[in-house]
Amino acid sequence: MSDVIPAAEQRVDFRIIRELVEPGTRILDVGCGDGLLMSLLRRTLGVRASGIELSQTGVNDAVARGLSVIQGDADTDLDAYTDKSFDYVILSQSLQAMRDPHKVLENMLRIGERGIVSFPNFAYYRMRLQLLTTGKMPKTDLLPEPWWRTSNIHFCTIRDFVELCDEMGVTVEAQIALNSSGRRIPLNAPWWFWNLFGEQAVFLLRR
Amino acid sequence: MPSDFVDDAGIAADDAIDIREQRRRAEVDEPSSAVARFDSPLKLEAGQSLNPWQIAYQTYGELNRDKTNAVIVCHALTGDQHCANRHPVTGRPGWWEAMVGPGRPVDTDRFFVICANVIGGCSGSTGPASIRPGGTEPYALDMPVLTIRDMVRAQAMLVESLGIETLFAVVGGSMGGMQVLEWGVSYPERVFCALPIATGVRHSPQNIAFHEVGRQAIMADPDWRGGRYMIEGVKPRKGLGVARMAAHITYVSEAALHRKFGRQLQDREGLSYGFDADFQIESYLRHQGSTFVDRFDANSYLYVTRAMDYFDLAADHEGQLAHAFKGSPSRWCVISFTSDWLFPTSESRRIVHALNAAGAEVSFVEIETDRGHDAFLLMEPEFHRVVRGFLTGAARSRGIAVPAPAA
Repeated sequence: MSDVIPAAEQRVDFRIIRELVEPGTRILDVGCGDGLLMSLLRRTLGVRASGIELSQTGVNDAVARGLSVIQGDADTDLDAYTDKSFDYVILSQSLQAMRDPHKVLENMLRIGERGIVSFPNFAYYRMRLQLLTTGKMPKTDLLPEPWWRTSNIHFCTIRDFVELCDEMGVTVEAQIALNSSGRRIPLNAPWWFWNLFGEQAVFLLRR
Repeated sequence: MPSDFVDDAGIAADDAIDIREQRRRAEVDEPSSAVARFDSPLKLEAGQSLNPWQIAYQTYGELNRDKTNAVIVCHALTGDQHCANRHPVTGRPGWWEAMVGPGRPVDTDRFFVICANVIGGCSGSTGPASIRPGGTEPYALDMPVLTIRDMVRAQAMLVESLGIETLFAVVGGSMGGMQVLEWGVSYPERVFCALPIATGVRHSPQNIAFHEVGRQAIMADPDWRGGRYMIEGVKPRKGLGVARMAAHITYVSEAALHRKFGRQLQDREGLSYGFDADFQIESYLRHQGSTFVDRFDANSYLYVTRAMDYFDLAADHEGQLAHAFKGSPSRWCVISFTSDWLFPTSESRRIVHALNAAGAEVSFVEIETDRGHDAFLLMEPEFHRVVRGFLTGAARSRGIAVPAPAA
């Protein structure tokens, strides 16, 4: 396991998510991959973690690591979960891979007392520059795949996400934008600044 | 480990079969394994009770001081208690030696493993071949029809008699998986973790149909004699063999049949234009049928298939599967195989959705393989890796010490 933890702590959004989660709670990690975040939260906060993951190898690795993970499709399988059965439902860098992000968010806030979403900001200035100068879909360290291979099919910007939350009547309890070196953009910065310099964002939501 | 199995070497074939048949019959009432005998009634769902009754079992490994490391392995339709030791009748290795043993995923260096023959079976637990109490003849069809719940109740009484309050794990595939589900539902507080493998919460109409073909084959054999074949000194070999042949087809995938046999001919250059076993697959199935008859009782086959057919966990809980699992404190790991068409992945998903809806802690893994339903009995590295990981994680939570690795 020793090779696993440092990798988890390198993910800057994982660090933020860990700060947002209360110790000893029940979490559901939607699109949990091989369970890195779940391991981290279980180890450091003593949470009861469950996960759902589409990829077979991710699930097998996570279960072999002793985590409770279900092989399944968040777009369809979240319907089977009961209301408020978790304290937090987490979507770390997975919302943009859902076929129906709106429905997944609705389910998330139905199943969880709170939701935590981290996503790459498509309005990040390097993205904008690449699109402007090369005329091609941007690629970054965070999003290295070409357009035809990526599983990310519903990109959005920080502004888009805030707008959707408003539309859905979702309360944003906390919002954190991170620049390319993983540092927080100051709270008092205006939205346009966040939307330009935030490479990714983490939101704590509730209904 | 019993070593008194029949060795066929140097014995004429017919004699060997006779000796084996005698040995098999001896195992029914006086098994070479351990056996727990009860003078208190085992109440059955059919309304009657068995009294006295007995349950035959094997154990492997050591029970720890806190008695927290006991694992029940539940066997499938035609299995028995000999999961990790040489079979006393056939002399073949245990049916789950790939999974159970020292250093195996169900590690007998860490866990105290109990494997019992099901009630209704023919390997030492009370079943239709057992001699009726106070009489000289076997029960035959006078044995009440049994259910999966009855089998599990009998196991629970065995576990109690061994002085074990809670089980670390209950593990089993196919009908064994049904017992795992029943354990988790009937005795939730006694099950720390549960591994139902290649199974379902009810037998599907297709599954019932295949079982019915098998039962009809047995009952159509003139040597079945209304179930009284033992009393009349005969045996419905043909019927039971055909039943096994039909069932065996359901245990393998079409892809595996193509891979293993294709349309290849058996020991011949061309077609015989007759009804011999021209094709390898025919010869293979006939072999499966005839070896099965040597180790299994025909009436037992009727009873145990019936128990599977009757299994319907939701029906026992107002039709709501989630109610069955409500408040389950156990950790669950549900496993299916991609090419299993007897208990397809959709059946496992049904279990998982219900466990989720009940708020239980559950993992679900589908293993990619072309070996069909029988994959759970075979060497499948990915499957074993998952079982090992799940049990190791759970053992850590349960505080079961890992012995130091051998130098």
